[in-house]
Amino acid sequence: MNLDLGYLAYPRRQAGYDHDLYAWRNLHAAQRVAWPGGARLAVWFCIVSEFFPLAPADTPFRAPGHMQTAFPDYRHYTARDYGNRVGIWRLLDALEARGLRGSVAMNVAVAERYPALLAAMLAGGHEIVAHSTDMNGAIDSSLSAEAEEAVIAETAARWAALGQRPLGWLSIARSQSFRTLDLLQAHGFAWCADWVNDDAPYPFANGLISLPLNHELSDRQIINTTQATADSYARQILDAADCLAAEGGRVLALQLTPYIMGLPYRMAAFEALLDALMARGDCWVAPGDALLGAWTG
Amino acid sequence: MSGTEDPGLYAYRPWPERAPLRWPDGKSCAVWVAPNLEYYEIDPPAHPLRKSWARPHPDVVGYAHRDYANRVGHWRMADAMGDFGFPGSVSLSVALCQHHPEVVADAAARGWEFFSHGIYNTRYAYGMDPDQERAIIRDSIETVRAATGQTIRGWLAPALTHTVNTMDLIAEAGLAYTCDLYHDDQPTWVATRNGPLVAIPYSLEVNDHYGFFVYNMSPRDYADTLVRQFRQLADEGAGAGTVMCIPLHSYLIGQPHRIGPFRAALREIAADGRAWITTASAIVDRFQEQLRP
Repeated sequence: MNLDLGYLAYPRRQAGYDHDLYAWRNLHAAQRVAWPGGARLAVWFCIVSEFFPLAPADTPFRAPGHMQTAFPDYRHYTARDYGNRVGIWRLLDALEARGLRGSVAMNVAVAERYPALLAAMLAGGHEIVAHSTDMNGAIDSSLSAEAEEAVIAETAARWAALGQRPLGWLSIARSQSFRTLDLLQAHGFAWCADWVNDDAPYPFANGLISLPLNHELSDRQIINTTQATADSYARQILDAADCLAAEGGRVLALQLTPYIMGLPYRMAAFEALLDALMARGDCWVAPGDALLGAWTG
Repeated sequence: MSGTEDPGLYAYRPWPERAPLRWPDGKSCAVWVAPNLEYYEIDPPAHPLRKSWARPHPDVVGYAHRDYANRVGHWRMADAMGDFGFPGSVSLSVALCQHHPEVVADAAARGWEFFSHGIYNTRYAYGMDPDQERAIIRDSIETVRAATGQTIRGWLAPALTHTVNTMDLIAEAGLAYTCDLYHDDQPTWVATRNGPLVAIPYSLEVNDHYGFFVYNMSPRDYADTLVRQFRQLADEGAGAGTVMCIPLHSYLIGQPHRIGPFRAALREIAADGRAWITTASAIVDRFQEQLRP
């Protein structure tokens, strides 16, 4: 096998990135974001609320957490539904018992199917983040431009029919195409949380804002992928808080999955983590829209 | 020299029968840190033998995760190393000199050594003919020289992709060491068609990528792994000095939940007293002075 000569050509070997989506910066040389009340650290709880249709569409790919056995996969359908019936209520209760507000990145199908959950979320003062239609609503560059735009437009329209207008977007599996940032902006979104390259907000070239939702600190990564205990998860989050608070102007983002963190045997560790974070005395807990507001000043 | 059964790179030497090898000041284990300063392309050309990204381009998580290194992680990692006296010997995607010269300049200003890790970590050497591979070696030498004034002495193949000619060609270009061979905890001589090279241990098994994404370690377990690796090698290296590399990627070790435990590991290794904390070149020079091919 020989490689053709083009393999040693580097057409975008240039100053800055090999794309035009956003500009480079050194976070440590950038101006520190001033969080309200002089807080050293902004803490963002972002619960994901997902509806997995019993038949996976696989267009363009099967979302993490989706069905795994031959049809009908009652095992995973119901285990995921546990998150919406039970787990998320525990997580919301844990936040609200401490007077904390977070975000819920919700498939619009969840809000339509379970109005009581939507109502409770809104009553608790939590923020809705658009998270596509349902877990068959993944996007990537193998979708046609029309199909991708349809997913984003349909998500916005179905939220509007519920009287809601989320400003934030989280893609399924954080997967985007090269078109996504422009489509999100065209459909009225102000920010997305898919790009895991920073610990503070920054602007994309088209004016959309990136909010940092570190996938490495998600319960899915730490507990499901690395098979850590909830106690280890809590330890890791507190170590992260030490680092980020020492630097100042950073976001500690906790992406929480109700069918993972909301299991009975994990809740005590999670609640102890909340208490330990609050006991620091230097944390400002805020949903995405408030982070954005503080960042824009 | 290279065969399809044994690549013919080095001779077998039983661990208990090593010739004396001394590190400065009676230290038993040479410790070097190899930060990988990398650039991964968002939309690289396809290689017939290896996919660059798991997902269709752009692989947002894959790309952005690695981009975290050049926006955030590098300075955390570098400050931790500096605070405990560990210089870097940089495995450099040399195109980083074009894309983010600020990161390369920061490493140079800290007095770190550079060697090549190819042009991009999304361009693989498999299937390159000798002239193509010569081109990336020459590009590496010239690019690093222009950016830092340093003449590179070592090679870690881009994304650990090789050809059977790689060792011959880096020796031909005058390089002194390879980080691509994982057969030992001491430097060894490697035979090439163009004279001997030194294989310096790169300790792939304690690479942060292995720790976090092969073995799924927690940050504190990884830090403990580094200390245990060091203690064992320091125990064994009194007569025939050993080498421990700490190969790093700041998109991993520079994450907020990992940097604290990493700092604790560096503090402990530095405080032990048996570590010769140094650079790849210094280890290679000491080895070459004492043991002949």
